[in-house]
This record gives sequence, structure tokens and C-alpha cells, in this order.
Amino acid sequence: MSSTLLTRGPVPEKRKITTKPRPSDIVFRGVLTLMSMSSLLILTLIGLFLSIRGFQAFQTQGLGFITKVDWTAGVDGGKDTFGLGAMIIGTLVISAIALVIGVPLSVLTALFLTFYAPERIKKALVTLVDLMASFPSILFGLWGFIVLMPMAEYWAKLIHKYLDWIPVFSMPSPAFTRSPFIAGVVLAIMIIPIVTSVSREIFGQTPLDRIQAAYALGATRWAMIKAVVLPFGASGVVGGAMLGLGRALGETVAVYSVLNIVFKVNFHVLYGFGGNIASMIVGKWGEASLTESKALLAAGFVLFVMTLLVNLLANYIVRKTVKTGK
Amino acid sequence: MTITATVTPQKPWKVSRRQQLPSLGLLIGAAVVTYAIVAMTPMKGKLAYLLLFFILGTTFQLALSWFKRGRAAAADTVAAAVMMSGAFIVFLPVASLLTTTVTKGLKGFRPQIFTHTMAATSYSDPLTSGGLIHAIIGTLFLIFIATIISLPLSILTALYLTEIKGRASGFIQFLVQAMSGVPSVVAGIFIYAALLLTTNLRGSTIIGALPLAILMIPTVTRTAQEVLNLVPSELREAGLALGATQWKTVATIVVPAARNGLITAVILGVARIAGETAPLLFTLGTSDKINWNPFSGGQNALPYYIWSGLRDGTEGGINRAWTGILVLLILVLSLFVSARIFGSRKVK
Repeated sequence: MSSTLLTRGPVPEKRKITTKPRPSDIVFRGVLTLMSMSSLLILTLIGLFLSIRGFQAFQTQGLGFITKVDWTAGVDGGKDTFGLGAMIIGTLVISAIALVIGVPLSVLTALFLTFYAPERIKKALVTLVDLMASFPSILFGLWGFIVLMPMAEYWAKLIHKYLDWIPVFSMPSPAFTRSPFIAGVVLAIMIIPIVTSVSREIFGQTPLDRIQAAYALGATRWAMIKAVVLPFGASGVVGGAMLGLGRALGETVAVYSVLNIVFKVNFHVLYGFGGNIASMIVGKWGEASLTESKALLAAGFVLFVMTLLVNLLANYIVRKTVKTGK
Repeated sequence: MTITATVTPQKPWKVSRRQQLPSLGLLIGAAVVTYAIVAMTPMKGKLAYLLLFFILGTTFQLALSWFKRGRAAAADTVAAAVMMSGAFIVFLPVASLLTTTVTKGLKGFRPQIFTHTMAATSYSDPLTSGGLIHAIIGTLFLIFIATIISLPLSILTALYLTEIKGRASGFIQFLVQAMSGVPSVVAGIFIYAALLLTTNLRGSTIIGALPLAILMIPTVTRTAQEVLNLVPSELREAGLALGATQWKTVATIVVPAARNGLITAVILGVARIAGETAPLLFTLGTSDKINWNPFSGGQNALPYYIWSGLRDGTEGGINRAWTGILVLLILVLSLFVSARIFGSRKVK
């Protein structure tokens, strides 16, 4: 049969099989690879421009730019002093308060949503948490200023009244308005959705066989969570908290509207002043001279590096947890 | 003699009404005792009620379960109570945020705000004059331009990560994650340092949209990547097996299959940037009236309008800010809902 077929007409040439990509694919792959480099380009440009434009401040202030706590723009040729120390410490203090309040609440909520909430209301509550994550930060700023601040001041007074003997809660004179505590509470509310959703995701990945094994051994729900879920999800929670920290460090508008920014180191969290790099940049920007603007750009560079490190660490932890599941 | 018995299925683990009765009674008891204590002692306020009710309610339940089922059950009861209270506390601010925005925002929410600008009105003027149509138009402009800039970059990056999976994809993934952590204020001052500080350029719509595009790219990329990963690889293999080039496969099979998801990604990105305030303070300039020219002249935007009202500090300013936030929230919520609708549709 086949021989008769082959004898009829001209024999078609054998097709060559090759793994060489066709021209259209070379172009396609080239374009995609090029475009994917845009994130590298943008990040490099941010780092470059902020450090170059802010170079003057690093140059004149030296290491003092980070360690000194005084920020005075010299008037009429006077000497400038730009020290970011108080702002860096203030940012860390506020973020720490946000984590102390926000992370436990988020973990409780995540556990409640994963293991306790009835199926029907669970869906609604998860949507509500996602919704909270999409609220613009100016909303938190306005709400924090008008609604939360009076309430938080009252809480601060109660804390001061009963826990005065703990050094961080003591204060030199009664001034409760616009304190780091209030800013920390606002930030805590802002990071709760992100920490909750990361924790919930990790808790939801707890292997079912381990959960069932715990129940089979007679564990109550809490004993199961303590023995199986928490050890399994602990590092995921840490990663989620770091992501929240990354957000808290860079938050601007919400903190600006509820914090009294003063260039002085303050560890009395209830006392009415504090520092925050991002808000300080916004606050000083309006009337800054060229030299001071450059110092503010340098401050932005410091903030950029801080958040970059925290976020990378967070993503590393989260990814490691999700992959190995341990 | 034969014994016949029909077995009815039972659920011995199910808690019956009668078993629930004591704990319900204890909760009511806790409420009564709380009320009595607050009334008799100097403790006052909602905080005292909540705190006492929590402590008393938990203690009563603990006593009940300890008495009936022992120590482990008591610990379980306390843990459940603590978790429920934690979740309850988390949902309080959400409720407060939504209700205050609606109640305070409705005060200035009149038809005239959609037809008037602030050209002839100052923030402290009565709410019967002025409006925010210029800010709405500005925000739409910003969203449009930022989307045009960031859409190709982020979708193509996502395609690189899912379709090509080249040698650099681990590194690119890492960069996208790093980018999602860039604070909005840093994006703003970066554009200022790069374009405005040493040049004669002034803030305008297009410059204001640049930092927003930077903030939008990682959100869209990550969501798009997730969606593209959901496209079954059989579809890709089928395309390639039919002799299509990779370019044809991606353009005519993969992307259309993921269309709804990609739309969701863009909507989420827009929702992320619609309310961004900080970068606009450095790059937008400002304007009291409608500016149809995105390339020159200052512009306004809803977040900027709210910010100005808040900075103004007068009663009128704050009221205007609440109205602005109500409009902004309606915008963000409708984006959120449409993202849900698109996201829930099945891949066709």
C-alpha cells in the first residue's frame, strides 16, 4: 500500500524538527523579559535619585544624620543641623505599639475565623476584613483624628492612672493629646487586616490529618490549636507581623493627623509628642528650603531602606513557611 | 420470638437546647451582675461594661465547664471566649469607620457637590456652596493615566513570571515583592526628586499619576500572576501541539482564558491607588477648578480634597472632608464589589 502511495507524485520533503524558537517567539520573549526588568529599573531609580539628591545632607551631617536628634534649618546662612535620630526611634516606637496591639488581635481573629466561626458568618467576616484592607489611609487619618483620638485619650488616662509604675506609661506632666500611643492604636487598626489574612491563610493550611489526630487523642479544640495549629503557623504569623510592620513604618497621612511631631526622643508612649519619618517629611515639606528639601529626600532614602529590609525579611519568612509547611 | 428494632440515627455530640440553657442563663447573670457593679462602684462608661461583662461572663462559663467536664474543658471555654472577644474588638472599628463616614458624610452630601467646584468657595464657607466635581474628575484622570502606564508593565511582568519562567524569574519575583513594600510617601518624593527638584516642571496630573503607577504595579502583577497560574496548563499544551507559536498561544488562549481575573487584578490595583494621599502632596500641584489638561497646570483629587479639608481644621473644612471621604469610599467600595463579581466568575 504505502509503496504505491509513495510512487505517486513528488515526494514531500521531510520536515525538520528543531527546538529553535521561531522569530515571533524570540521577539515575544525578548519583550516580556525586558518589561519584567521594569521593577528592577524603578527600584534602582528610587534608590539612586533619593540618595543622589539627598547626598548633600549625608555629606554635611555625616553619621549624625542618623544619630543626632536635632533638626534645625539654618536661617540666613546659619548652620543646618539635620538629625533623624528622634524620628527613627519615634517610627520604631509607634510601629512597636501597633504590633503589640494589632498582632494578638489579628491572631485571635484569624483563629476565630478558621476554627470557630460558623460557615455562614465566616464568609461575611472574611469579606469584611478584606474590605478593611482596602480603606484608604486618609480615612483612617480623619477617623483617627475625629473619632478615635478622644476615646484613645480616655484609655491613655486610664492606663496612666493604674499602670503608672511601669516606666513607659509614666509621664512628666499630664499631656495626653496626640501621643505615640494614639498613633500606635490607629496603625494597629490599619495593620490588622493584613496580619489577619496572612495568619488565616497559614492556619488554613494546617494538615488535616494532624488536626484529626489531635482530636482522636481526645484533645479539646483549644488543646488541638495549642498542640497543632500554633506550632505549625507560628513563623507564618511572624512573617505576617513583619508585613504589617512594613506598612506601619511607611504610613504617612494617618499618623500625621494624630501625632504631635517633635524632634526629641520620647519613650513615654502616653506623653503627647513623638516622631515619624514619613509624617515628618510631609509636615516639613511645605516651608522647606532647597537644602532642607534635600535633607528630607535623604530621610526618605533612610525610610526606603528600612521598609525594604523589613519587607524582604517578611516575604522570606512567609514564603519559607508556605513552601515547607512547617 | 423476634425482636425488631429500628435504629434511628443519632448525633450524640450535638449540643441540645437544654444543655445550652445553663450557659445562656450564666451569660444573662453576668450581664445583670455587670450592670449592678457598674451602678454601685465609681467605674463608669461603655469600657467598664464591656470589660466587666467579658471577665464575669468568661469566669462564669469557666466555672460551669470546670464543674461539669473538668480542667481541659474549662481551658477550652476560656480560649473560645477570648477568641470571640478578639474578633469582636477587631470588627468594632470597621463598624465605627463605616457608620461615622456615612453619618458625617451625608451632612454635606448634596446634588450640588457634583456640579460645583471650590473655585469661588473657601473650605470654611457653609456647606450650601461649593462642591468637589473638580476633585472627582482629577481622581478619574489620575486613575486613567496610572492604569495606562502600569497595565502593560505589570501584565507583561506577570506573563514573564508565569509563561516564560526564565532564569531571572526568582529575582523578578523578589523585586516585585520589594516594590510592594515601597511606602507611598517615598514614591512621591522619588518622582519629585527625579522630575521636579532641579527642573522647571511643575506638578500636574501626569506627574501626579507617576507615583501612583509605581504603587499600582506590584498589586496588579501579583494578582495577575495568581490568576495566570490558574489557567490549566493543558490549554497551553494544546495550543503548542496545534503548532501555534508561544506568542500565539499566550495571546489567543492564555490571556483570554484569564480575562476576568486580569480585570480583577486591574480593579484591585485601582482600588489600591484611588485613596493614596501622600504622593499627591508632592507631585500634583493644586487646583480649585476643573482642569481638563493633564499635561500642565495643577490638579485636584479626592484624597487631596479631603486632606485640604482636614488641614483647614475649621468645622466647614472637616465636614467637607467627611463628604469627600464618603464619595471616595463609595468609589473604592464599588471597585471592591466589581472586583469580587469579576473574580467569582468561572474561567471559561
